[in-house]
Amino acid sequence: MLWYDLDKLGRWLDPWREFERMNRFSSGYMTPQTIEFPAMNVWVAADRAMVTTELPGIDPKDIDISVVNDALTLRGSRQPDGLIESESYHRRERWHGQFTKTLELPFPVEVNKIDAKYAKGVLAISLPRAEADKPRKILIKSE
Amino acid sequence: MTEPKKEMQKQEAKTPQQGERTSDRPLYAPYVDILEKENDIIVIADMPGVDENSVDITLDKNVLTIYGRVEAEIPQNFRLAKSEYGVGDYQRVFTLTDEVDRDKIHATVKNGVLKLILPKAEMAKTRKIQVKAEGEGGIIDLTK
Repeated sequence: MLWYDLDKLGRWLDPWREFERMNRFSSGYMTPQTIEFPAMNVWVAADRAMVTTELPGIDPKDIDISVVNDALTLRGSRQPDGLIESESYHRRERWHGQFTKTLELPFPVEVNKIDAKYAKGVLAISLPRAEADKPRKILIKSE
Repeated sequence: MTEPKKEMQKQEAKTPQQGERTSDRPLYAPYVDILEKENDIIVIADMPGVDENSVDITLDKNVLTIYGRVEAEIPQNFRLAKSEYGVGDYQRVFTLTDEVDRDKIHATVKNGVLKLILPKAEMAKTRKIQVKAEGEGGIIDLTK
């Protein structure tokens, strides 16, 4: 919401700087918030929303996207690398296992026009706004 | 199967000792798995947004540096309504304890995951030294 308000003031914003600042603010001064895995960013335009999430090393077949009205559910899993004998871990930090996350979208979407792309380990889901929900311009007739 | 930890969020990289970066983009430390095989050390790093052209790996003496550049793609005419993660470059530095055959280092990037195979140098492979007992004094009898 803050974004929107600042935009209205006509101030030029560097989104990345701004959101780094907000990240710092939230991680440094407030109680650490737990974001449900996987972390998602939601981008909004007049006629569509775009949800991005970082899921490196996943087979796109293992990602399941479903949308009901304005709720987007993402399911998936990543397998741990099999370890054979004569191998040992020095470090093991990368996540593996199953995840499910449901996100509320800013508006209902056209379910059969959803488009998802997976590149460089980043999933981007494009969700067109439902036709019925789009803002309508009302013509003013002169008498 | 385990569930990924909720707090599996990106960690910011510590400021390198050589100073601050000129770019004000955030810098993250990628999560890594490091495993040792008989002849290789394997480093696997999660670096979403990175491909084979945007990753730099340097080995200076025994200091291994992984650096990945990520171009922040800001979709046109979109505004960010919800932000749970940041986008920036990746960097992580390791000091290797084993000697590595630097001519045979092999690196691949697939789906935002870097896999680095560092073959151990011949010297390091044959480091196991047999310890022999010397004469009869090899075992100290404490009962005496």
